[in-house]
Amino acid sequence: MKYLRSWLLPAIALLVAFAVGALMMKIQGANPFIAYKSLFTSAFGSSAGIAKTLGKATPLIISGLAVTICLRAGLFNIGVQGQLLAGALASAWAGYAIKGLPTIIHLPLALLFGVFFGALTGIIAGALKAFRGVHEVITTIMLNSIVLQLGEYLAYGPFKEPGQQLARTPEVLNSAKIPQIFGMPLGFFLGVALAVIAWWVFKTTTSGFRMETVGRNKSAAWYAGISVKRSILISMFVGGALAGLGGAIETLGVVGRYEPAFNGGIGFDGITIALLGRANPLAVIPGSILFGGMRGAGASMQFTAGVSPDIIDLILAIVLFLVTAPLIGKMIKSIRDTEQITTGGWGN
Amino acid sequence: MSALLELTNITKTYPGVIANENISLSVTKGEIVALLGENGAGKSTLVKAVFGLVRPDSGEIRIKGDLISAGDTAAAIEHGVGMVHQHFQLVPVMSVTENIILGDEPRKGIFIDKKKAREEVVALSKRYGLEVDPDAIVEDLPVGMQQRIEILKALRKDVDLLILDEPTAVLTPQEIEELLGVIKNLASAGVGVLFITHKLREVMAVADRVVVLRNGKTAGATTPKETNEEGLAQLMVGRNVVLQVDKSDAVKQGIVLSIRDLQANDDRKHTAVDGFSLDVHAGEIMGIAGVEGNGQRELVEAICGMRPRLMGSVLVDGLETPDMQPHKVHRMGISHIPEDREKHGLVASYSIEDNLVLNQFDQPPFANGWIRNSNALEQNANTLVEEFDIRTPSIKTTAGALSGGNKQKVVVARELSQNTKVVVAAQPTRGVDVGSIEFIHKQLVSARDHGAAVLLVSAELDEILSLSDRIAVMFGGKIVAILDGKDADRAKIGRMMAGLAS
Repeated sequence: MKYLRSWLLPAIALLVAFAVGALMMKIQGANPFIAYKSLFTSAFGSSAGIAKTLGKATPLIISGLAVTICLRAGLFNIGVQGQLLAGALASAWAGYAIKGLPTIIHLPLALLFGVFFGALTGIIAGALKAFRGVHEVITTIMLNSIVLQLGEYLAYGPFKEPGQQLARTPEVLNSAKIPQIFGMPLGFFLGVALAVIAWWVFKTTTSGFRMETVGRNKSAAWYAGISVKRSILISMFVGGALAGLGGAIETLGVVGRYEPAFNGGIGFDGITIALLGRANPLAVIPGSILFGGMRGAGASMQFTAGVSPDIIDLILAIVLFLVTAPLIGKMIKSIRDTEQITTGGWGN
Repeated sequence: MSALLELTNITKTYPGVIANENISLSVTKGEIVALLGENGAGKSTLVKAVFGLVRPDSGEIRIKGDLISAGDTAAAIEHGVGMVHQHFQLVPVMSVTENIILGDEPRKGIFIDKKKAREEVVALSKRYGLEVDPDAIVEDLPVGMQQRIEILKALRKDVDLLILDEPTAVLTPQEIEELLGVIKNLASAGVGVLFITHKLREVMAVADRVVVLRNGKTAGATTPKETNEEGLAQLMVGRNVVLQVDKSDAVKQGIVLSIRDLQANDDRKHTAVDGFSLDVHAGEIMGIAGVEGNGQRELVEAICGMRPRLMGSVLVDGLETPDMQPHKVHRMGISHIPEDREKHGLVASYSIEDNLVLNQFDQPPFANGWIRNSNALEQNANTLVEEFDIRTPSIKTTAGALSGGNKQKVVVARELSQNTKVVVAAQPTRGVDVGSIEFIHKQLVSARDHGAAVLLVSAELDEILSLSDRIAVMFGGKIVAILDGKDADRAKIGRMMAGLAS
């Protein structure tokens, strides 16, 4: 029953979003069935399609996890995008600027650069929260802008590819590129493994219990001897590291360099996926596959049904709205209910 | 003579809870009716329905014979109903006069006519014999006086029926006596009074009639002449309750907990604990009596490492406990039943199983290194649920789903099941049903009998009196006196609690 209820909301959110999407297509005079069918077959109907879907899902699964872990620890990390860009930028630099290393050293090193700078971006917000009490939503949004602008400056300036008009870094060396097997980036399987590890950590380890206790009741956590500050720092560090890894994988496996225009909304899709999965690390896996499919195959609807792929943005935005709105409604309702039922007594 | 207030078959349900079921009740002019019941019996819901703050599902409310539609607060006020809430609704920085006239100010043009307002307050205070200083600032006044202002505020609107929701909960024994006097005066002036309480003594002292609620139903209606405290208690809980705790004499051993010159501030950085020293022996219950707000909360938190100690020390078996590290203090043998169990004692969305190990989840056998041991957790939970009579469908049920009494039993089970030298119990039975109170009291006595030093802090003097082997009276952050529990006299303690010389 409880299991069912927890999946009801995401299911309804998806259904409603697809229904509204269909309605919009209908208004445009397109056939939503053909559009959705082509979306589905293009995303999952062939091995090439599946490879593309999983490729798109890779940064999503990792950034979804980054948000999920922070959510479990009671933090709303809206800064995945910034952490991801920091990771992308750092790994791109390590990928083209460090020369003469074999793949077995160069690739992990470049990934590590991404992880480290992502984590650094995350822990700035974590430290501000832990030591100064600044709300993480504010700081992570600000950091998103800072990293974006910094990346643009570097890509136009010091990191710019020589003789190139566009703002972008040189291409990473082959020794830092992620090899493809069956045309599928290895990153996705790493993402799945990380999701399973995260699930296990929360389910069975004392560290997971510590973080989760802080997420649910800070006062009780402190009373029980759990350091709230440490938990905030750790979760923002891990979240940032994951997001940075996501950015690095995208850079070293797909894009091949840093360019400011790339990967616009991966971090934000990660937020939707995490909320849709109700902060369950395992739920991030199907969520990212679904979103990856839609992102990867959206263009197919243009050919078959004449539907602009922008409709995908609309559908995903509705999903985000629906998974967040009830949380707010529930909050308001619970406040009202406690006011009414509380009868007090014993001077309480 | 027609009744001032007549309730017929009032029913109100909340999702999953029947707050009131077919309750009928009446109050006539000049009559004092006590509404008695345990927490959660439906008393507050019922009076809120009278005042229009709660909309009953069915039933009839008549005031002075007129049918009042459900949820119509304006009509209730128009018909002369006044209500004094449990939580005062005063503006602390304004004067007594300003607070009393608030919402219906006498005016001179667009300005408040302050002179007239003051005169009005003085006249009101004379008329009902409720002395107040019209110019005093509310936050400077003691709680009893603040309540008096609330009552005057209500009376100002020509009230015929005054409803008092748990009026004595925050008062000292002396203030309670005064309030009961005021209630009697009001009644002889012709005001009908409906007052809510769960304190039997007050009912016996002033009520003309008593209506007892139990689980949302009328358990009985009687008069103080026809019954006694035991009889009322039985009606409240539906069975015999031992009001006096059964306990043998304390077998006092060596000093375990030693508090030396402790000093701590409250949240507003004012001195709350002011040079507090106390020794508690193994095998005794030391009760701290005092009106709330005299530093008890800060004392408990400072002892347990949850509030900075500005000066002084807390020793367990001669070893100094660390400041601001609740966990380490706990490890040194001080168990703590916190006053605010929802905030500190429990994680509402965690299972009972997890809550029962909240401050030892990383210790063997509950964890082997980094990995939690689910078998040990289950075993521990099953044992404690059985032993501490926690009523729950399952150990996987979330703590938030339990009743107040069972939540508290989870906290008590966790704290008392560990090998502990000292038990600090802060308001351990607040907001808890009578059955659980009895059980928790027994557990505290049994902890004592097993050699623990128990420090009991409670705003309920009856609880202190019935449990304590020794009683320390606290006033203004200091100990005023330490008395032997056996020959403690309620009136004398009351005077000390109020800061009057013994």
